Amino acid sequence: MYSVGIDIGSVATKGVIFDGEMVDYIVIPTGWNPKEAGVDALNKLLEDNNLAKKDVNQITATGYGRVSADFADEVVTEITCHAKGGHFLDNKVRTIIDIGGQDSKAISVDENGNVMDFIMNDKCAAGTGKFLEVTINSLGENINDLDELTKNTEPQEINSMCTVFAESEVVSLLAQGASKESVALGIVDAIANRAQVLLSKVPINDQILFTGGLAKSERIKKVLSDKLGRKIITSSNSQLAGALGAAVIGLE
Amino acid sequence: MSNLDEFFEELRPDELDGYGPIAVKELKKEKNVVGTYCIFTPYELISAAEAIPVTLCSTSDATIKEAEQHLPRNLCPLIKSSYGYALTDKCPYFHFADLVVGETTCDGKKKMYEYLGRMTPVHVMQLPQSNNREEDFENWKEEMIILKNALEEKFNVTITDQRLKEEIKKKNLERETLKEFYQLSQLTPPPLYGTEILQVLDISKFTFDKSLANQRTRNIIEEVKKSYNNGERRISEDAPRILITGCPIGQATEKVVELVEESGGVVVCFENCSGVKGNEELVDENIAPIDALTEKYLNTPCSCMSPNDNRIDLLSELIDEYQVDGVIDMVLQACHTYNVETFRIKSFVTDKKNIPYISLETDYSQSDVGQLKTRISAFVEML
Repeated sequence: MYSVGIDIGSVATKGVIFDGEMVDYIVIPTGWNPKEAGVDALNKLLEDNNLAKKDVNQITATGYGRVSADFADEVVTEITCHAKGGHFLDNKVRTIIDIGGQDSKAISVDENGNVMDFIMNDKCAAGTGKFLEVTINSLGENINDLDELTKNTEPQEINSMCTVFAESEVVSLLAQGASKESVALGIVDAIANRAQVLLSKVPINDQILFTGGLAKSERIKKVLSDKLGRKIITSSNSQLAGALGAAVIGLE
Repeated sequence: MSNLDEFFEELRPDELDGYGPIAVKELKKEKNVVGTYCIFTPYELISAAEAIPVTLCSTSDATIKEAEQHLPRNLCPLIKSSYGYALTDKCPYFHFADLVVGETTCDGKKKMYEYLGRMTPVHVMQLPQSNNREEDFENWKEEMIILKNALEEKFNVTITDQRLKEEIKKKNLERETLKEFYQLSQLTPPPLYGTEILQVLDISKFTFDKSLANQRTRNIIEEVKKSYNNGERRISEDAPRILITGCPIGQATEKVVELVEESGGVVVCFENCSGVKGNEELVDENIAPIDALTEKYLNTPCSCMSPNDNRIDLLSELIDEYQVDGVIDMVLQACHTYNVETFRIKSFVTDKKNIPYISLETDYSQSDVGQLKTRISAFVEML
């Protein structure tokens, strides 16, 4: 019995095939058409695993593009999915921080992975993956090289949390002679500050699981751990937490 | 489609007799009209002055742009909307108003009335900031008398105790009838959607002949009861029961109610100005009328009061009576008192009542519907 979870995020679309364990997964860029990205991820997953749609019991969609996912049997919010997915990745975890493309959220979960409380960032992209992408790009760097770039430096303070204003601030800091590396670490610092604010509003027990696309960065994980004075854990499948959670819910 | 769905579908306010702007226009020929913004306004005093109290427009973003010509952008949308309606003459009720009665419930409104007064006569009641001291009662009573005198002078009438008592009785009957209506949602499963509760409250509010309004509400109660007793169930017994508290809700902010109900929840109770807040406590019919009005209105459980223990007491009762599964606190952007109170309300709801709580900050634009949908759906999913 297979269950498929598709998480159509603002940056990446993730898909997971699940039968109690993760059978396979896929990550593709969402691009401009979230519905198409969802369909593509689903078809590619099925194809790669020699499955037809009828072999799948349930398709569950989540993420910001879930509203256009008419191929799905069920639609669930990313908060519920990250909770379930996070719980599947590590069932001891009671607090999850997800830094996604356009939304960040801190989620408190119970021993079964049900949401107890959550808080999300406000309207804009302050402190999200998009914030990081735009500001790092304005340094002429790529978000994937972040860890290497910020290896041996001290953070330059970034005050603007509005993505557009932060971009201007970055430009003027560079003009004043700040190094690219220190500015990049400053951006990481700013993101960690936002995550810290979110986490201060939900109960934290023991360690915190970091999910979503930015969890791939060791640097962000370390800066956030240092700030909180707590253990932040990630999984190699952190980015898949939403899709995984959707698939788990589908099987339940 | 069920009978009741059809009934509410066909319940179009604009087509009802004695409802809305046309009714006010007719009434205006023989009576004075007094515009109000807030449930602290002692309606009975106004109607005893043979004038019609009318709630002024304040819940749409249609006039905010114009209001921002004079008011700061980062002000509560309700104040901007109210002012914008007056400025652009887009509110028919404001158009017909001979006088506006306001109260100093917050700094934004207080200062806005100064500008409003340049367009129309405004009488502002100075509201005490607490309601638990003898002085608060005395001060508010004094404000009642000042308003009474102002109305008498303005409309050349005498407000007798006898007339006040009659109006108190009438308004109490309206409150009781409305209560009987929305308390139907205490049933499991509830027979009404939150959007329907708002619709009926609105119809009653803008039907100025109160005996007609009560009759209408009564008919609706009978209709709902009849279909419910016939076994009609439109709402699942499993639908999470939501109570909405916080700032006034209506028109632009009905998006919150709609999103709850699209997500599979049902709003069973509105603990805010347009809902339970003004109707829960009646005016005492057995004591001196001015004292009775002073007491009732001073007890309004609004966040402008400090401390505001009444809100906690009311919430506690409502959560039990309506068997609420989750509380949504709706805060309008820049409404400091409600926004600051969210921390206390959250602690009370989650720690003392042991049910989930979420606070949502919004304004009258529809730009945040996507984000609200995610928050509200996730909240309903966790219940």
